Amino acid sequence: MDSTTFVTFLSTILFTLGVMGVLLRRNALMIFMSIELMLNAANLAFVAFAQRWHQLDGQLFVFFVMTVAAAEVAVGLALIVTIFRTRRSTSVDDLATLKG
Amino acid sequence: MGDLPLLILLGAVSVVAAIGLLTSRNAIYAALYLVLNFGVGAVIYLVLNAPFLAVIQVSVYAGAIMVLFVFVIMLLGAERLAPADNPPGETFQRPLAIVLGVVLMVAAVYVLFARQPPAVAAAAPVDTSPAAIGLMLYGAYSFPFEVVSILLLVAMIGAVVLTRNK
Repeated sequence: MDSTTFVTFLSTILFTLGVMGVLLRRNALMIFMSIELMLNAANLAFVAFAQRWHQLDGQLFVFFVMTVAAAEVAVGLALIVTIFRTRRSTSVDDLATLKG
Repeated sequence: MGDLPLLILLGAVSVVAAIGLLTSRNAIYAALYLVLNFGVGAVIYLVLNAPFLAVIQVSVYAGAIMVLFVFVIMLLGAERLAPADNPPGETFQRPLAIVLGVVLMVAAVYVLFARQPPAVAAAAPVDTSPAAIGLMLYGAYSFPFEVVSILLLVAMIGAVVLTRNK
């Protein structure tokens, strides 16, 4: 196994751990942190392939992913804070008013 | 390759930190586990010949995004999470989520190891200094760069509008 295969394997493991975190946790902040874990796992795969193929484009994509993640965290946390102001709870089980 | 034992060690720390994030009852501890995960990720970037990204990871991900998380966790008082118990009538969701997660992991690992990676020609190691990244960022990737800057502006306006007191 070379380093690229191992880092991609690590990225896979971290991504599925992030997916399970999104599915299993009910606090909105914990779900958000699991999403950040998934984004970090994707970044790892990008950097592994950039190193393998000796191209810088993979690292540049990680730069863009980090920027998008920062923007998403800002808006998402603003949403969570606003929801908490009215509902006094961060559990996603309490956000079921759209249930048909 | 010579880096593989070091990468295996870093990967083990990263996975343990991720499992700590998933199983932690305290949101602050979970945020700290995630900071550890990002720190180990930065070291992995250093091993993989990406020094600019390693510094950006520490300063943006661990230094800004996680600080924002910790602020919001402390603002909302969410560090004491309620004990997990399923809402009535939905007891199948937790085992189903675990099963689906394991299936996803097995399928992804199988796809990863099922075929041989194509051989890479011995190319010259590329220059990964910030100067080279800057040249590419403002050269070939100038349009995504501008789009991302507008995205940041939109996110900033959105965050201010969402949290405004009417």
